[in-house]
Order: sequence, then structure tokens, then C-alpha cells
Amino acid sequence: MANIQKKTHEPLFHIAKRDSIPTLKAWLIRAAAIVIALIVCGLLTMLLTGENPINVYASMIEGAIGTERRVWRLLQDLAILLCISLAVTPAFKMKFWNIGAEGQVLIGGLAAAACSMFLTDSLPTAVLIPVMFIASVLAGAIWAVIPAFFKAHWNTNETPFTLMMNYIAIQLVSYYCFVYSVPKGSGKIPLLPKASWLPTIGNNDYILNIIIVAVITFGMYIYLKYNKHGYEISVVGESENTAKYIGINVKKVIIRTLILSGAICGIAGLLLVNGTNHTIASNTVDGRGFTAIMVSWLAKFNPITMILTAFIIVFLEKGAGEISTMFGLNSSFSEIITGIIIFFIIGCEFFINYKLVFRSKKEANSK
Amino acid sequence: MIVAFIQRAIVQGIPLLFGSTGEIITEKSGNLNLGTAGVMYMGGISGVIGAFLYENSVETVNPVLAVLIPLLASVIGSSFMGLIYALLTVTLRANQNVTGLALTTFGVGFGNFFGGSLIKLLDTDVPSIALSATSKCFKAGFPFADKLGVVGDVFFSYSFLAYIAIAIALVTSFYFKKTKSGLHLRAVGENPATADAAGINVSAYKYGATIIGSIIAGLGGLYYVMDYADGVWSNDGFGDRGWLAIALVIFAVWRPNFGIIGSFLFGGLLIIHNYIPNLTLSAQELFKMAPYVVTIIVLVVISMRRKRENLPPASLGLSYFREER
Amino acid sequence: MSKQAAIELKNITKSFGKVVANKDVCLTVYKGEILSVLGENGSGKTTLMNMISGIYYPDSGHIYIDGKEAVIKSPKDAFDYKIGMIHQHFKLVDVFSAVENILIGLKDDNRYNIKASSEKVKKICEQYGFELDLSKKIYEMSVSEKQTVEIIKVLYRGADILILDEPTAVLTPQETEKLFAVLRRMRDDGKAIIIITHKLNEVMALSDKVAVLRKGEYVGTVNTSETDENKLTEMMVGEKISLNITRTEPKDPVKRLEIKNISCINREGVTVLKDISFEVKSGEIYGIAGIAGSGQRELLESIAGLQKLNSGEILYHNPQTNKTENLRDKTPVQIRDLGVRLSFVPEDRLGMGLVGNMDIVDNIMLRSYKKGKSVFLERKQPKDLANKIIEDLGVVTPGANTPIRRLSGGNVQKVLVGREIASSPTVLMAAYPVRGLDINSSYLIYNLLNEQKEKGVAVIFVGEDLDVLLELCDRIMVISSGEISGVLDARTATKEEIGLLMTKHGGGDK
Repeated sequence: MANIQKKTHEPLFHIAKRDSIPTLKAWLIRAAAIVIALIVCGLLTMLLTGENPINVYASMIEGAIGTERRVWRLLQDLAILLCISLAVTPAFKMKFWNIGAEGQVLIGGLAAAACSMFLTDSLPTAVLIPVMFIASVLAGAIWAVIPAFFKAHWNTNETPFTLMMNYIAIQLVSYYCFVYSVPKGSGKIPLLPKASWLPTIGNNDYILNIIIVAVITFGMYIYLKYNKHGYEISVVGESENTAKYIGINVKKVIIRTLILSGAICGIAGLLLVNGTNHTIASNTVDGRGFTAIMVSWLAKFNPITMILTAFIIVFLEKGAGEISTMFGLNSSFSEIITGIIIFFIIGCEFFINYKLVFRSKKEANSK
Repeated sequence: MIVAFIQRAIVQGIPLLFGSTGEIITEKSGNLNLGTAGVMYMGGISGVIGAFLYENSVETVNPVLAVLIPLLASVIGSSFMGLIYALLTVTLRANQNVTGLALTTFGVGFGNFFGGSLIKLLDTDVPSIALSATSKCFKAGFPFADKLGVVGDVFFSYSFLAYIAIAIALVTSFYFKKTKSGLHLRAVGENPATADAAGINVSAYKYGATIIGSIIAGLGGLYYVMDYADGVWSNDGFGDRGWLAIALVIFAVWRPNFGIIGSFLFGGLLIIHNYIPNLTLSAQELFKMAPYVVTIIVLVVISMRRKRENLPPASLGLSYFREER
Repeated sequence: MSKQAAIELKNITKSFGKVVANKDVCLTVYKGEILSVLGENGSGKTTLMNMISGIYYPDSGHIYIDGKEAVIKSPKDAFDYKIGMIHQHFKLVDVFSAVENILIGLKDDNRYNIKASSEKVKKICEQYGFELDLSKKIYEMSVSEKQTVEIIKVLYRGADILILDEPTAVLTPQETEKLFAVLRRMRDDGKAIIIITHKLNEVMALSDKVAVLRKGEYVGTVNTSETDENKLTEMMVGEKISLNITRTEPKDPVKRLEIKNISCINREGVTVLKDISFEVKSGEIYGIAGIAGSGQRELLESIAGLQKLNSGEILYHNPQTNKTENLRDKTPVQIRDLGVRLSFVPEDRLGMGLVGNMDIVDNIMLRSYKKGKSVFLERKQPKDLANKIIEDLGVVTPGANTPIRRLSGGNVQKVLVGREIASSPTVLMAAYPVRGLDINSSYLIYNLLNEQKEKGVAVIFVGEDLDVLLELCDRIMVISSGEISGVLDARTATKEEIGLLMTKHGGGDK
């Protein structure tokens, strides 16, 4: 019993769940987290480069939006990341942990690339582009629906399943690139024929992608908030029992939602391959499938907020990229910065959902 | 030929074994750490940094220090990663999947950044990071292996970390099955509310399992650079082995002793394309799918059979708050 | 005999958000004594006990053990004070064996040795007459076996203060008697025992003292020998009330729902419904009584189209078309498409009937969102309906756009019942619709059910309070272990009759 005696002190505080928090306060907490994270990143950069932090931040901004071209590039990257983030959102809202966007985008891109290579000669551009579109959408959807089918029927854990599907897609692309590589055996395919590139609006190479993604963003917002399917997704995500109780066919909703999710990933693949890179390689998606999950989650699955979270991530990547070029450091610096910022943002959610309750002084004294 | 295949398969399998054993320990506490890829990069690069600093500060390397310093550095690096994960998911109750992905971004970025910038940052005049001296110490094996012919090649030709990997897997297996603390850890992962009500410190177990799991996974990264890659760091060289380690956890149905066999099998699948005659370069790429396809098959079979003992820990992926209601 | 206080609570207060679960509760338990903590559902009994066992931490107040102030921050602390709690929802690890579960969390110096520990556990079993296969996995066990494991777990730890949260809710009378014998033996060993219950007969039969809680507040403690069931009821509900639920004679009853020989085997291969046949008429309230888990849930769910049956028929006589439809193995959507207006208030309100994170409007919409050809949701009507329900039933909420989970239990139930009634059903099923509700809300629900009855709806009411069943219903069917053990006229039946029938086939959960 001796050890019990020693412990007879009141705990200083305990954690309690918050009832609700004003939206403004929640955003202030998030903003504070980002500011603190930026200070930490600034200090880290200073430590590595010896540059004063003001210059560091200045060159980040310079790198991200310093010139008109950079702004366009940023918007283009933003569009692709946002597109993938939107794609994973309905699945996540349904609590289907689809971490296979990487593969779904890639396979959509592969379908587009294959169409470009084999059909450009035989089809006019006006026909070719819709065909590519359909092919990418189908490929992405198929890639997503396979794990969804098993999830719906046997409750197979979707997280590892979709993860494995990524690597199968990567190997397929890699196989494709070896088969059609120029020169033989290099594992690289040449640029796709120009006739198969997505058209440019005016002289601007970027604007079409941006418009397409803007439309998808708006569409997804409407779909999730005002469409009956979107409502069903929310119900299934919140409580599968309730969904069954009111007669929602849960299996159907899972499969339907993943078809949508995969289809949008397929579009992202098309935009990436035929609208941006004009070629394909196994690393074309470059981890965006994973980053998109974080973007979507940070935005609380709200498509409009997602514009902001995607912007933060892309901005940081570009800014940190600039720092690494300036100081001759490795470009992976941006991943470190992104990682730190995300740690802070996900950590701060705690202070939005919970509060620390301190024992009142008065009572502690009265004993 | 067969002997060489087995040898290479085992060498390929060891990093996966480290990774999966670490991940199994972590998952048994209910934490699904998708950041294992990042942790393994961190374990590797920390060891490299330690070795690099040591090799460049002395004329001739002392074999004991040459092993201990990178080992210690690796442990520090990967336990830091485990600590971040545990802090965010256990104390701050953040979403495990998102935290894991962020950890991967951070860890892989950290590895590639320092791998690519270490020389410049330290203003040294070496052309690239090639830690041949350190690697030599890590690769020291049994002197008698050569004399035993095939038996020596298959069983005794590996470096000490390989045997440590197997030992850790076996000890972990024993720990889960035969110790009280192992029972407690499993209880935490299955049903934290029950464990809590029984007086087990849930947070402590989650922290402990995550950090120890990370350290073990990190050793996989260290083994890869120091042994497999002969001390030469190349960016993205470690590839997606971290994710494969997570797949291996499922393949081994959360049993570290199965993980030993599984890792060698996966290692074999990773390199089998080199041993099938007349394979074109492109066909090789198709063969590289094998481990992933096998994992999916296992995953589907497990879910169809639904045997309780083969399912993942029941609370995997969920954070625990005692006063939740 | 000089009595020594084992545990003393002083001015314990705990609230969850705005809900005060316990307010200034004081309680003393002496060694060698069984104390019943009596109170209605939602009176804060479990919350209070959870603070003694370290699950919750009080907002204010003090706990004294053996006369010294104790701080119980976690269940581990509670164990150090030799407090053991047997929770209503068992805290067991499903994939572990009985003995593994018993050993969880123990920190004695002994090496981990299943064999030696099993011997020790066996001794305890023999001492108290438990029968248990120690290597059996929890997921293969019946509820009473699981409870046995829980009790042995506490005994194995040598707890001096035992807390049991509604231990008899799931037991047969024989099992209850056995349990009481064990508890008496432990009391004679000098242990302090706290038993939470709302069953008065058990309080009278077992305890030495009774502490009563009402709506989170401490009412008082009395010696069992100096009180009786009436006095206790008075303490529990405030003033003595006879229920006085109005009951009218059914008006032109016609056959509405006919259940013919239905049987159901669940996924674990256990027969949960066995050859059940009955019919429900329009304009009556048909009560279903039984020990918790006797098949009530499966019965209602199979009528609602949520449970697959192995045999039998569920026939619905449509009053508008005069057609008869078989509802068996139809999905809820198919049932609705047949023109069957079936409403269902399930037992699990927030887990099944409603979605906690959605607001009232979206929850109201659950039943009707599919209406209309548009692919878009129509929120105007649901919003009007939500406001109407809030006004008519007096739902206390900041507004129609407040997430359901922020409402109190009674208000949640009002929204659910309001929604189910709004679709003007011809059959209304309600499972434990007043569980956890205060008296006023309960009466509101009874009145709503009566209103429906008068409108000619066939109402099925699954309840646990026999007094309510007897005063509200027209007929009462009693089920036991998934079988019908009798159908009684509620106007003439007595509580004793029902009680007897409830245990005819050996109680619930088999």
C-alpha cells in the first residue's frame, strides 16, 4: 500500500471531449498550427543553409509565385493534385480507405498513352480524344472497383488491397515502357504523338487542365452535398447499420462510389499524361496519390476547402524546391517541409476536438 | 544456381523481415503505421550519417565502433519516427492512415535529402557517399562458411544483421505467445477498453510497441544500405520495400515466425525474374508483380475464410479515448 | 460488530458536456455488506461506478478508501485499491481464451505460466461452483459464460470491493440464484459488494442496504430490512405514481400482420427464433415481453426486412388494396415499394435509427430522401417536417440544423419516433422506445403510441418494464429463448404470470 500513498495527488488536468467549437476558433487553431510549423521549417532551413529566415521565406514565395510562368505551373500542379484529392474524397467520406489513387491514376494514364500510341494514326483528333477519355475513365474505374468488389462481398480490408494494386499498376506501366521503349531496352517511351495531346486554349498550355478540374471540383461539391448518391455515401460512412435500416444497398453504394472515385482518378491520369507530361513512366504520378489523401483529409472532405489545402501543399513543394535549388540542396527538401507542416496540422486537430480541463485551484486547496 | 538464388532471396528478404516484424509489433498494439516506408528510410539514412561522420573523422576505422555508431544512429533516427507517430496518434488521437502517410513523405524525403546533400552540407571533398569500410565491418560473417560447401553458403554466408533479423522475429513470436507482457500487448490491440479496465497502461504499450517496432523496421533500412548496397547510398534505392513489408505482415497473418518464411519467399519473388532463363526485360517487369499479387490473394483468402485467429487486431487503426461515449 | 467503511464517496460530480450525470453524490459502503445502487435507466448509476473503477474521472468530489483519500485516475489505480468491476458490457478480448482473459493486466511476480495459473483459476471455480472450460475462446461462449469469466477475473485478483453493473439482466433465474449465492459467500468473507440494478425484487432479496439515485442526484440510503418495494419505488421516481396510461378498446380490429412459423438461425449457427407464429390487428398495441436477448431484436428486424429467415412467412394485409403480401426475405426498399407502410423505431437509436453526426433535417430525410425523380435532394419538406416535430413533440434543440448527437437521449428519441410516425404507417414497431428516457418523455411516447393505435395502426411494442406493458398494451406475447411461451390478455394478466413465462424456456441469450 505504500506506493499508493505517494500517488495521492490530484492530476493537474484531464482531457475531455469538446461539445462543439465555433468554426472561426477551429480555423484560428489551424492557422496557428501552420504558422508554428512554418517557423519550425524556417529554423530548420536556417540551420541547414545558414541563411536568415526572412530570406528563406522570401525565396519560397519567389519560387512558388515569383513569375507568371511559375504561377501557371503552380496552378497546373494544383489542378492535378486537387483532381486526385477530389477523386479519393467520396470513398473516404464512406470510410473506404482507398490508398490506391496512385495506381488508379497511373492505369488511367496508361490507357490514355496506349490510345495515343495506337489510335492517333487511324482516328481524327476529334474522335481520338473522347476515346482516350473513355479509356482512361474505364481503366481507373476498373482499378478501383476490384478492391471495392471484395470489400463489399467479403469485407476484405481495402487499405492493403488498394496499396498492392498501386504496385501492380506501376509494374504494368513499367512493362509497357520496356515493350515500347526507344531505344530498345531503355525502359523509356518517346513523347506521344502531338495529335494526341489535349488541345490548348489560346496559347496557354495550362488552362484546359485547370478548367476541367474546376468543373470537377464544383461538380463534386454538388454531388456530395445535394445529390442523393452523396447523401447515401454520408449515411454509409457514418453508420452502415443505419444505411441497412433505411434500405440502402450498402454493397451497391460501395461499388458505385469506387467506380466514381476510380473514374476521376482516370481523368487525372489522362490530364497528367496527355495534358501535361506527354509521355508516361512508372513514376509519372510521383506520390500524388498519397499526398491527395492528406489533402482531402485536411480539408475534412469538403471539395471547396480542398482548393486551399491543395494550394498549401503545392505552394510548399514549389517554395521548398526553390530553396533547394538556390542552395544546391537535394530537391527532397520539399518533402521534409511538407511532412512537418502536415504533422502540425493533424496534431492541431486534437485541440479542436478535445479540451484540457484543469482542476480548479479553489477545490484543490480545500482538501 | 539454386544455391545462389536462395542466398540472394534471403538477402533480399532480410530488410522485409525487419520491416514486417517491426510493423507486426506496432500493429499488435492497434497502430497501423503506414509510415513504415519512411521509418526504414530514416533508419537507413541515420546509419549512413553516423557512419559517414565516423569514417571521415578517423584514419582507420575501428570495426566495433564502425558497427556500433551507425547502429546507434539508426536506432535514434527510427525511434524518433516512432515517437512522432505515437505522439500524433496516441496522445493527440490523429487519424492513423494520414499520420502514416505523412510519416512516409517525411521519412523518404529526409532520406533522399540527406543522401543527396550530406556531402555539401558537411563541406567534405569526397565525390559520393560510399562507406566501404563500414560496410565491410557490417558484412563480416562466419569465417568457416566457405569451408562448409552448400550448407555454409545457404545457412552461414550472411552478415550478423541477418541472423539478428531472424532472432528478433523468433523472439517476438515467443514474446507474443509466452510472456505476460506479450499477452498485454495483444489485449491492447484487440480491445483497448478491456485492457484499460484490466489495469494495463494502454498508452504506454502503444508508445512502446510503436517505437520498438520502428527501431526494428529501421534496422531493415540499415541492413539494406550497409550490406545489400555495400554502403553506397543511392536516392530512392531502397524503393518500395517499406510497403512490401506491410504487405508481408498480412501474408504472415500477424505472426513473426511466419514472417521469416514469408520474407524469404517475397525476397525470392523479387528476384525470380533474374533466374528464369530467356526472360526479356519487359517480361521481367511483369514478374516483379508477383509479391503484390500473392499478397492480394492471401488477403482475399483470409477475408473469405474469416477465421478469427487470422484476422488483424480488432482495434487496428482506431485511436482510444477512455471517456468516449 | 464494528463496521468499517470500505469506500466512501463525498460530493462526487461528473458531467459530460452539458449533461450532468452525477451531482453531489455521497455514498458509503461497509465491509461485509452488499449495497444495491438503485435507479432508473439514465439516473447515473453506471457513471458513478465508472468513477470508482477509474474509467471516468470525477469533475469534483473526493473518494475515501479505508478512511484515506484515494485518487483513482485509471483502472490500474482501482486495482491497486483492490476494487474490481464487472461491467454490463463485458470487457473481454474475444480472441483470447478464458484463462488468458483472466490473466490480462495482472502484475504479480510469477512467471507467465498458463498451466499454473489455470490450476489457480480452477480452484476458484471449485470454491464457488463455477463450471467453465478455461481454454475456450470468448467468441465461442454464451453470455452467462462470459459473465462467469468476468467474475472469476475479479476474484482472481482478490478484490475487496466488488462492483457489478446490472449482472442479472442477461441471466436465467437459476443463474441469478447461483450468482447471488456467490455474492453472499463473498460478503461473508468480509468483502464490500456494490450491485447496480433496477430490479426491486433482487434488491430486496440480496442487499443489506439500498442507495437510490434519481436523475444523477443522490436521494438517500436505507436499510433493506426497513423498507419495501413501494417505498423504494417512491425514492426512485420521486413521488408515488401510478402509471395511469389511458387505454382504449381497439376499434374494429382487422388482421394486419400475420407471422407464420418463422425460424431464424444466426451467423454463429445459434437458433434465435424458433417457429414463431402470431398475428397483430389494426388498432391494437401488441406487446412483446421477454428477457433481453430472447429474440426480440431478430423478430422485429425480420419483419422490417433486415434479417434473413430460415423458414416461415410474414404476411401483410394491405387495408387499401385488400391484397396480402409476403414480406419474408424482402429488403426494406422492396417492402416500401409494395406499398407497405411499415415504421420501425429500433432499439439502437444512434447506431441504427439515426445518424449522430447529421443534423435533424438530414435525419428526418433518411426515410424520404429517395422520393421524386430528381437526382438531387429536396430539403424543403424535411426541414418543414423537422420544425413540426421539434414544435409538436417539444424537442429541446438549438435548431433544426443541430447534429443529432448533441441532443439528450429523450430528444433523440422524440426525433426518431416523430419521423417514424410522420409517414402515417399502418404498422409501427417500437423496440424499448422509452429506455433511458425521463418520465415526461416516456409519457409523451406512450401517448404517441396510443394516438397511433386510435388511428387504426397496428402497433408492436417491445418493452422491459412489465408494469408499462400491462397498462399500455392490449395483448402481450412473451418470448423466451426465441420461442413463444405464451400470449396474454394485458387487461387480466399479472406481472407474476409474465415473469414466469419469460423464463419458461431457460431465459435469454441461448
